[in-house]
Amino acid sequence: MLQGSNLECIRGDRVLFSGINFSIKPGELMQVRGPNGSGKTSLLRMLCGLAVPNSGEIRWNSSNIRSLGEDYFNIVTYLGHLSGVKDDLTAIENLRITSALAGIEIDEKKASKVLQEMGLEGRETLLAKVLSQGQKRRVALARLLLARTKLWILDEPLTALDISAIELIKKILEQYLAQGGMVILTTHQEIDIAATATHQLYLS
Amino acid sequence: MPPQRRINYTFLNMLIWIIRRDLLLAMRRQADVLTTLFFFIIVVSLFPLGVGPEMNTLRIMAPGVVWVAALLASMLSLGRIFSTDYLDGTLEQILLSPTSLSLLVLGKMFSHWLVTGVPLVLMAPVLGIQYDLPANALFVLTLSLLLGTPILSLIGAIGAALTLGLRGGGVLVSLLVLPLYIPVLIFGAGAVEASIAGLGFEAHFSLLGAFLLVSLVFAPWTTAASLRISVG
Repeated sequence: MLQGSNLECIRGDRVLFSGINFSIKPGELMQVRGPNGSGKTSLLRMLCGLAVPNSGEIRWNSSNIRSLGEDYFNIVTYLGHLSGVKDDLTAIENLRITSALAGIEIDEKKASKVLQEMGLEGRETLLAKVLSQGQKRRVALARLLLARTKLWILDEPLTALDISAIELIKKILEQYLAQGGMVILTTHQEIDIAATATHQLYLS
Repeated sequence: MPPQRRINYTFLNMLIWIIRRDLLLAMRRQADVLTTLFFFIIVVSLFPLGVGPEMNTLRIMAPGVVWVAALLASMLSLGRIFSTDYLDGTLEQILLSPTSLSLLVLGKMFSHWLVTGVPLVLMAPVLGIQYDLPANALFVLTLSLLLGTPILSLIGAIGAALTLGLRGGGVLVSLLVLPLYIPVLIFGAGAVEASIAGLGFEAHFSLLGAFLLVSLVFAPWTTAASLRISVG
């Protein structure tokens, strides 16, 4: 269970948000909403442990994520709005390296199978710089099919994706939630994902 | 104990992954690598032309010139250690890796040295000939660079991590890192001077070795902490 209590974020001398409370349990989805610049990305970066909240606490099963250290990174998968896809590597190399960094080593065969599932058949050995924005996004999202973590934090996962890819992501997320995963995501698109419970968090 | 062994194995695997990745990227973008090497070659080769064919003067200048050029060449490439990863978001993934960040950073430092340091070491004896260095001085020069350039990569990475994402980071990184480079310069060049003068150079090498060991222990850890601050 992930719990945030009284989270506050200050940028310069401006308070982006304060007094944010939430808790999500296995199988639940939390959508973070709010206009541009309301601090959605800052919140997600705090939740995955990249940034530290100015005040308040984030707890995973009642222990502070700061005290969990690198163990917390075995629990969470974060996909930022920068997709983390290297232009000078092929789709396969990108996927193999990002998964290896997350602690999952796969061979080329497995990598190309996963990429095909993401609808990148025939593009596996192309350098990422010749792929379109949407295709790069698919390469980044392919990681989710391999992740064995309990919590996914996705920052605008649907940007640049076409309708069929959005359907695919929806299916992946629903399957993951049904298996007891937890998802926190931000999106400007309306997407209806089936979950045991869907929380909405509004930042203004 | 089997579990212990497994952990070590994955640690080593991770190190190999990150080094392979950086070398692959360096191969795909050779211009970046060659810039450093060409800078070194050009600076070192220009001095004999500018000073003139005065063998005695050249021999005295050689260690200092080669070492200063190596230092500047290494500094030229510091910005690239983390900045590209920072810009495309891979650095976030590295920071969120369940493996020890210090280890990954060590891997990045090592590949930086392989890509920028080792070519300098290999070119140094060839360039030293222009300064009429005797064979044993060329040998000592190469050896001193072999010991010294990893220190430059290790210390430089701390500066690169601290200035990540800042405007004018290039100037700042030189200001941060240069004071720490100076001992390496003094003892690196000093070893070669001593060998030209026919004195023992072992003391210089011992000190360089000590610098290397100390930075090998502290630099990855410091860099990891700096990265967390810069990105967070």
